[in-house]
Amino acid sequence: MLRLPPFRYHRPDTVDEAVLLLARFGEDALPIAGGTDLMPNMKHRLFTPAHVVSLNGIAAMRGIGTVAGTATGSASDNGSAPRGNGFLLRIGALETLADVSGDPLVRRHCAGLAEAAGLVAGPQLRNMGTIGGNVCLDTRCTYYNQTEFWREALGYCLKKDGTVCHVTKVGRKCVAAHSADTPPNLIALDASLTLAGPDGTREISAAEFFVTDGIRNTRRKRDEILTEIRIPIVEGRRSAYRKLRQRHSIDFPLLSVAVVADFAEDETLTGLTGAVSALGARPRVLAGWRDMATGERMSRELIEALAGRAWSQCRPLDNIIVDPEWRRAMVPVYVRRALEEVAGGGGPGSPWTESPRHSSGDASGPDAGPSHGKPSR
Amino acid sequence: MEVVRLRVNGDERVCGVPAHYTLLEALRYGLGLTGSKQGCDKGDCGACTVIVDGRAILSCITPVWEAEGREVRTVEGLANGTETHPVQDEFDLNGAAQCGFCTPGILCSSVALLDRNPSATREEIRTALAGNLCRCTGYEKIYDAVEAAAARLDG
Repeated sequence: MLRLPPFRYHRPDTVDEAVLLLARFGEDALPIAGGTDLMPNMKHRLFTPAHVVSLNGIAAMRGIGTVAGTATGSASDNGSAPRGNGFLLRIGALETLADVSGDPLVRRHCAGLAEAAGLVAGPQLRNMGTIGGNVCLDTRCTYYNQTEFWREALGYCLKKDGTVCHVTKVGRKCVAAHSADTPPNLIALDASLTLAGPDGTREISAAEFFVTDGIRNTRRKRDEILTEIRIPIVEGRRSAYRKLRQRHSIDFPLLSVAVVADFAEDETLTGLTGAVSALGARPRVLAGWRDMATGERMSRELIEALAGRAWSQCRPLDNIIVDPEWRRAMVPVYVRRALEEVAGGGGPGSPWTESPRHSSGDASGPDAGPSHGKPSR
Repeated sequence: MEVVRLRVNGDERVCGVPAHYTLLEALRYGLGLTGSKQGCDKGDCGACTVIVDGRAILSCITPVWEAEGREVRTVEGLANGTETHPVQDEFDLNGAAQCGFCTPGILCSSVALLDRNPSATREEIRTALAGNLCRCTGYEKIYDAVEAAAARLDG
């Protein structure tokens, strides 16, 4: 039995009221939506707010639809000028992961994002957890997501109540892992996030939202609320997501790979962005991909080169209870699978549609990807 | 203590709870509905699964206030009077329960699935039950039971 620490519960109807409550109670308040991250963390005494401000009554933060507008641009590897057909996909931050993964608009324009939302945790958690909460998810670490009793026995850690990082031993910087499935997709898709705070609203690109600090890894201020997500709709764009996990359900990613590719009508690439996460405190865009891919067609050689480039940039730490060397070895495997999926999106008859069973030495591994194989039991 | 009004299994219920209670605590310790189980108590195991507005959710990490004004259905409300739900029947016939601790949660996940999709395939059943852990049965008899219930409901 894990009891929650005592708190008062507020359930405002509007964003303005919620922001006022958060500003009024300051450090003593935290916002809650689905609660799937915050509630367990509060039971572990990682957070003990005196006031919990529920966002679930705010109708303006719901809904999925298209709106006119252009992308704000981002720091992602897509580089060049914002693209798009003049429309954005707007996803209210309170939409549940189940609703996002099943939404026809999301599936059509952002297949990788829909896939990622559908792979978060298990069915009940997807019925509760929201996409806004997934974006704002707290970082995770073997030495952090434990009960108070467990953490006290070890003398606590840098992220919470202590002064030592048990992962790096010497480091003064928290390396807890960003463990959310949707953000790498949002970054690769050039999404922008709308934050409402006491001084009004502001937009920030998903790529700039995350920072390299495991203790607090987003630029959201304590009294700000993520209200919606906007994603440019781009003709000829295809995306895919691959998640390394121990089981096929419930667990967080050990490695996540999002790929967004823009194709011209003749199937040459006009843009390619890859983002990886679950390695460090923030998701990262894979460097150098655009230059390698632009003007090329997807080929086995190109995919191998891109996968190798990804491997050389990824160095997992011992912050999740799985061998970091294995996680690193899976980087090119999962990058390859994601790239094969976007390459195969060219329609029936494409040589990629029936990709061969992967020959990378992990055929006995626990994860053959969501669309292949059966869960190991 | 504060007063919370819940609609549980079709009944309007009122009980006094501390403001920080979860829905599971209100059900078990406020209303005496101990069918929903307190397992891991942190959103991993699925033993506390109940149906809220038609969807399976985890009551152990749901603040009780989020259930106000919504339709809560627990394992106690699956049977129609003395007539068991087909899923309950098939659990019995297929030997799908051993120690029984996970059973209320699995029944709720199954009923939420079959209410939406009475012709669910075995694969859809496996997916829908992926958030419920059972340490006894190896799952196959559970899938058999839900599949048989689907056949009855769809037939």
